[in-house]
Amino acid sequence: MRKFKEYIIEKLILASGLASIFFVIVIFLFLLKEGLAVFKIVTPANFLFGKNWYPISEPPQLGIFPLILGSLLVTLGAAIISVPIGIACAVYIAEVAPVRTKEILKASIELLAAIPSVVLGFIGMVTLVPWVKSIFKLPTGLTALSGSIMLAFMAMPTIVSIAEDALYSVPRSYKEGALALGATHWQTIYRVLLPAASSGILAAVMLGIGRVIGETMAVMMITGNAALMPHSFLQPVRTLTATIAAEMGEAVVGSEHYFALFAIGIVLFVISFAINITADLFLHRKR
Amino acid sequence: MDEAIKMKAENVNFFYGKTQALKDVSLDIHAHSVTAIIGPSGCGKSTFIRLLNRMNDLIPHAQLIGRVYLDCQDVFSHAADPVELRRRVGMVFQKPNPFPKSIFENIAYGLHVNNIKDKDFVETRVIESLKKAALWEEVRHRLHESALKLSGGQQQRLCIARCLAVSPEVILFDEPCASLDPISTAKIEELILELKKEYTIVIVTHNMQQAARVADYTAFFLLGELIEFNKTQELFTAPKDKRTEAYITGRFG
Repeated sequence: MRKFKEYIIEKLILASGLASIFFVIVIFLFLLKEGLAVFKIVTPANFLFGKNWYPISEPPQLGIFPLILGSLLVTLGAAIISVPIGIACAVYIAEVAPVRTKEILKASIELLAAIPSVVLGFIGMVTLVPWVKSIFKLPTGLTALSGSIMLAFMAMPTIVSIAEDALYSVPRSYKEGALALGATHWQTIYRVLLPAASSGILAAVMLGIGRVIGETMAVMMITGNAALMPHSFLQPVRTLTATIAAEMGEAVVGSEHYFALFAIGIVLFVISFAINITADLFLHRKR
Repeated sequence: MDEAIKMKAENVNFFYGKTQALKDVSLDIHAHSVTAIIGPSGCGKSTFIRLLNRMNDLIPHAQLIGRVYLDCQDVFSHAADPVELRRRVGMVFQKPNPFPKSIFENIAYGLHVNNIKDKDFVETRVIESLKKAALWEEVRHRLHESALKLSGGQQQRLCIARCLAVSPEVILFDEPCASLDPISTAKIEELILELKKEYTIVIVTHNMQQAARVADYTAFFLLGELIEFNKTQELFTAPKDKRTEAYITGRFG
């Protein structure tokens, strides 16, 4: 009887484990089935590098290059802001902060991660957007820059907590070795701790970027959503994610537009997958 | 033997939070000699040696009452700079802790943090340090390989070379042979005897034979107190305190 119980429990656990793989595969197959249909109408090259996204004109023009650039631009901006601040914050928490400050900081960063993206987007819309508009004297504050700043807030918790873990797991003996040679605290951080934690920090950055590129709600609310080729940070852009979210509701099932949105889904899936794999590689290189 | 006093601890009390780890310890460390600190685990010997180059500064809630002098200067005074102190008082740890870099970079590291950039000078100093640490012959053809590929004993000698490269005056050894085999241990001991000509050495050890072999002076610690301090030979042959006698004859510890 006991053996039978063990058997059932083992199989249940196995089934739960397999379920997650099964769901990923099913989702991916569904994406492929719906998305690949678009290539009956446009070639993959024209789809990826076409400069015009007019999905409901006649005939529809389905080039997603402006959307890819929009996503990349917003992500790049967010990375430029969040990576240095995030790493510096991780160094402060791991190495400099007194115990109490450290605990308060860690808790508040987790809190930052807990804010729903809609709320962040809303706050960005009423505070950041007018601010960007007046500082740069733009016709509208709904720009790539606003999106980048907002997304930087979202990437920060991931970057800080994973980079802090990486710094924390550097053997204590490295730090002692450096200090015993007469290195200053900063020299120890810069020349020993950061290099020793570099793979974990790179993984932190990649995962932060992965979080940003998949983000939808906040960017949709504050980047302006104009599917035009972006030329600077100070103009409205539209991201891949926002396109799907904004247009899926109005696309007729089975139309070219509908298929094209699924194809965008595939592109996003491939990008996120590549980022996660890279982050994994960095994490595992760590011994 | 030079009888000048290089370092001096005066009525040192040390607390980890509320636990007292050292009780009123006063000890003189003679220049160009080897001073061994022996005692059972938890007797405060590592705590004591780590005070000498202020490595205990890293521990939160630790508190020191008393004074430690290096060449008559109080190393814990407000004016004293721990970074400067650690450049003069080097340390070799219990577990070899080379950085995950090449052999060459490991030794050059101490020079880089001292802002010495002249390449020729750095190279000469690296070779010189490796020779002094009796490691040169074994690594001369692979200076640019990772230091982590070396054996434990070689890594420990590398750490000694790394320490020598910044020209310290005092070298602290915190159980340097605890993780090494007997042959590597013998090499390190030989090296310590060689080094005392130029440097002042303090060594913490679990191993009484080791203290007897390498040290000129030996201090016996028990439960945070300095029980007895004397020339090694006298301490081992004619201990004055019963507790010292009990420890060295193996009745406890």
